[in-house]
Amino acid sequence: MLELRDIAARFGQLEVLAGVCLTVGPSEIVAVLGASGSGKTTLLRVVAGLHRPESGTVVWEGHDLAATPPHQRGFGMVFQDFALFPHLDVAGNVGFGIPDMPESEKRSRVSEELERVGLAGYETRRVGELSGGQAQRVAVARALAPRPRLLLLDEPLGSLDRAFRRELAADLRAALRSAGIPALHVTHDPDEAFAVADRIALLHDGTVIRFGPPELLWRAPGTEAAARLLGLTTIVDVTVNRDGIHLGRGEGRRARAIVREEAVRIAADGAVRGVVEDSTFRGPGHALRVNVPGGEITLVHHERVEPGQTVGLDIPQEGFALLDG
Amino acid sequence: MSRRTAIGLAVVPVLFLLAFFVWPVASILATGLVEEGGKAFTRVLTNERLLGVAWFTLWQAVVSTVLTVLVAMPATWVLARFDFRGRSLVRAVATVPFVLPTVVVGTAFLALVGPSGVLGVDLHGTVWAILGAHVFFNIAVVVRVVGGVWGHLDPRLEDAARSLGASPWQTFTRVTLPLLRPALAAASSIVFLFTLTSFGTVLILGGPRIATVEVEIYRRSALFLDLPAAAVLALLQMVGVVAALTAYSRYQERHTVEQTLRPVQETARRIQTGRERGLVAGILGGTGVIVIGPPLVLVWRSLTAGGGFGLQAYRALRSDALVPVGAAVGNSLGFAVAATLIALGVGLPAAVLIAARRGRISRWFDTLLMLPLGTSAVTIGFGFLIALDSPVDLRASRALVPIAHALVATPFVVRASVPVLRAVRGRLREAAATLGASPARTFREVDLPIVSRVAAVGAAFAFAVSLGEFGATIFLARPGGPTIPIAIYRFLGRPGVLNFGQAMALSVLLMAITAAAIMAVERARFPGPGAF
Amino acid sequence: MKRLIAAMAALAMLMPSCTAEEPVVAVVAHDFFAVSDEVIALFTEQTGIEVRILRGGDAGLIVNEAVLTAGNPVADVLFGVDNTLLSRALEADLFVRYESALIPQIPDEFELDPHVTPVDFGDVCLNYDKSAFGDELAAPATLEDLADPRYRGMLVVEDPSISSPGLAFMLATIARFGESGEYTWRDYWADLRANDVAIAPDWGTAYYGMFSGAGDGDRPIVVSYATSPAAEVIGAEPPIPETSTAVIRDGCFRQIEFAGILRGAKHPQNAELFLEFMLSIEFQEDVPGNMFVYPVRTDAELPAWFGDRPSEAPPGLSPEEIEANRDRWLTEWADVVLR
Repeated sequence: MLELRDIAARFGQLEVLAGVCLTVGPSEIVAVLGASGSGKTTLLRVVAGLHRPESGTVVWEGHDLAATPPHQRGFGMVFQDFALFPHLDVAGNVGFGIPDMPESEKRSRVSEELERVGLAGYETRRVGELSGGQAQRVAVARALAPRPRLLLLDEPLGSLDRAFRRELAADLRAALRSAGIPALHVTHDPDEAFAVADRIALLHDGTVIRFGPPELLWRAPGTEAAARLLGLTTIVDVTVNRDGIHLGRGEGRRARAIVREEAVRIAADGAVRGVVEDSTFRGPGHALRVNVPGGEITLVHHERVEPGQTVGLDIPQEGFALLDG
Repeated sequence: MSRRTAIGLAVVPVLFLLAFFVWPVASILATGLVEEGGKAFTRVLTNERLLGVAWFTLWQAVVSTVLTVLVAMPATWVLARFDFRGRSLVRAVATVPFVLPTVVVGTAFLALVGPSGVLGVDLHGTVWAILGAHVFFNIAVVVRVVGGVWGHLDPRLEDAARSLGASPWQTFTRVTLPLLRPALAAASSIVFLFTLTSFGTVLILGGPRIATVEVEIYRRSALFLDLPAAAVLALLQMVGVVAALTAYSRYQERHTVEQTLRPVQETARRIQTGRERGLVAGILGGTGVIVIGPPLVLVWRSLTAGGGFGLQAYRALRSDALVPVGAAVGNSLGFAVAATLIALGVGLPAAVLIAARRGRISRWFDTLLMLPLGTSAVTIGFGFLIALDSPVDLRASRALVPIAHALVATPFVVRASVPVLRAVRGRLREAAATLGASPARTFREVDLPIVSRVAAVGAAFAFAVSLGEFGATIFLARPGGPTIPIAIYRFLGRPGVLNFGQAMALSVLLMAITAAAIMAVERARFPGPGAF
Repeated sequence: MKRLIAAMAALAMLMPSCTAEEPVVAVVAHDFFAVSDEVIALFTEQTGIEVRILRGGDAGLIVNEAVLTAGNPVADVLFGVDNTLLSRALEADLFVRYESALIPQIPDEFELDPHVTPVDFGDVCLNYDKSAFGDELAAPATLEDLADPRYRGMLVVEDPSISSPGLAFMLATIARFGESGEYTWRDYWADLRANDVAIAPDWGTAYYGMFSGAGDGDRPIVVSYATSPAAEVIGAEPPIPETSTAVIRDGCFRQIEFAGILRGAKHPQNAELFLEFMLSIEFQEDVPGNMFVYPVRTDAELPAWFGDRPSEAPPGLSPEEIEANRDRWLTEWADVVLR
């Protein structure tokens, strides 16, 4: 089990991590979700031993790793740009970290690892000839091959295109699961984090502002910053009183809340009146942007509504999630 | 990298530079300032002819640079932006002139536009022959330096400009050119420096009346023994070089644009229309004639020297009474091997150090190592002669030649190594560590294989530089111990068709050896954006 | 730093070079030094010493080269320093003192300094191509004629800074026109320049490359030697009855060529033997046929075709005058002619 205790790190004058606490349990995949520049990569480099933290400790199975050099930590890493060795072929890259063993065993081990990532038969390819997705898979296979105690993934899907990313994220989770290796996965893409992680840590302003299972975070992000990191961007002003949560300013405590678009229905007798700003066709229906008291709500409706029309909206109480502060 | 390692790596390069660069240059300074009580300065600065030489040196360098850029840009564009069969071959061919020894270039142009040149005009002793040779020689600099960036420039930026309503010309001037400007500045300053300190070509093509400062330093020191005046000229030239370098680095600091470089495979496109095909063929054809023409003429003339087609000029090389050709070839190869070893021994530790440490000291160190390249070869040879007589008198030592060559070649080794070493230093070394490789194993299996390829590239460059080096060698090669370029120069200084034929034959030989060394380099290069 | 230099010196020793114990003498000479193989073989036969000849370009170049590495030479003997360059060599203390036993056989006018041994002499004179002149235009007779527009574009001279006949001719003009007065030697050269004088880097290029009388050049007047026409006859294939070139006696300059033992020579004793050999009658009689100059020994027999020894020396400049002014004159010459 990995424990990060109060990790702080800086680049010159710039403080990038200001006290990060995090744990990764046995066989657990933890995603660190943060905007670009939030210090995600630095955090991984600290864990790997490639960057010396300003303060704080990295603890593995109860041992402080401060004095352990990177190559003795047993932590594998997949780099954002893959960092494949240009002077070696695919097999040479994948086999690089495999401990000494007879050549034939090593070969079959390499083949096994390549199979795991769906690249069987790629052994003698030159790394310069690989596509982005293939290079990523080789990088994962290379990192898994030495059976690391922990795998660190630095935006491993970041440079690939979006459609592909979903598929690879699922493959990645399957590969990690089949290897039974715990992983710390850094990304800025909530979908990727949801697809891969058992738990997600939200990194904002150098600290973990929320850490928990995806469903829990999704249900209760806590802060507006956390909500935005998770891709929950329909955020409105509400009033909270004994009757519940109401859109806009009214009697009671003022607050901010997420509105979950999937819970909102258009209903002629809806309690909320709103003006449709625009309407865009989107696969399952029409995405409407509706101006309501307290802000704007996006929802999907089965038919098109002309902009400028007033509609009634029905928002059940469970469609709201209150935010702190 | 620890401070101790850094100091350890710095020891050899620093001592080498102190002994064989700083000390000779300081001696030149002392000779110029102290002897004659500093009167040499006024003597030089009030001499109309010398001022004329200085002015000529400057303007021909400016004109050569502008012409080179203009001539090279179309081909640079084609090679950077179009994907066609044989592109890498064309690119390699375009590089050939740059690695040709200056003496060979001079001889080739004599064969082309000399007193009995195939073009039928005698431009020997005119500035036109010199400008032509300079353009020919430096096209490769623009193709390599500007093309290197252009080939990795995101073509979507140009697409974006076009979609915003810009014409192709506007796209070029408002998007492409500004993005290429740092590369253009870099290429121009390299060309400017090379043509400013041009020696071999000017000595051969300029005749007795046309001289650059570099040639004049040689005349004053080796011919007139007017060492103070030569020292003053060398100092003036150094000031000019340093000023040019400073202006360039200021410019780079202010104008560097952060941009994402794309792999070449993604930026080049196929030739689509017949018009494009014609354009590409025209540009490559035209540039090809300029680049391949002089060497081809050289080969042709060497085979037809003295009437009839055959190897008579080559055969005559074997039994020449005045110039020991066999010894010259042996000397050149021996010196080149020694110079390569010295350049690697000095350049690789320096490159490792520069790649590992960023910051002011590293930058200064980098600049110090580059200085010998900016300092003219003639100055280095001259400095060796006046400085290296104590504590051990090395002036007549044969070791001086490879040391001088190594001094000129070391910057090439450093330049070729640092980018690749930086890449190793970063991600690759970290990747190896996270795969459980100890620092020792990382060095053995990651650094070393990559560094040795880099070293091979640097070594071949050093080898080629040493083979062709002329300016310093002419001071340092002893009678009876000439190198190939010196032998060529001596053949050129003798009358008669056969001697000229021998000069050309020997030039062809030197060209072949140099080309073989450079071809070895091309094979060792890594593909991908890190390669340029 | 010292250690590094020592290391470099050690490196130097690893490279092939002459070693001290060999029975060898190394002679550095200009490109036009020539001697019959049989004569050299005779020396080796008599002494067991092998002769290595290193040719390093024109006389000026080899002397400058030796001056720049004075005390640490590449050879034992330097041949080819002449009276125009002698002062430069002596000033640099290039040679060790050595006086041959044969010196009494040599006229006093050649004995300029005990550090060098005179070997041969010749007069540098203007030569012209007879076929270029005739009734329409007479051959030039004086230096002044050369500045006459009628002889425009006809003269080729050697660069005095690197060629010893070139230097000799420049000195002849200085002796003739002087440094002061209304019309100085500089004015004369400015006129020559205006008259399109061609400058060749060395004698070979000028004589065989640019002179119309001996090569495929297009200039009918050249700075060469008084013995050159005779050499044309003996060298001709097939033989020609009469010379096609002739000498202009005005503006000649006497060159005496010396040899000396270089200070710091590795084989000084072999070098002494070689100097003695250069004054032997065998070597001296070999000189005219190979280098087309006169041997210094009056008892050496000249080949019939060569002509008699010139009786009196043309007007010249004293070595002291040359010594005091040569570098300045060369710079001034370059300033006037090469601008």
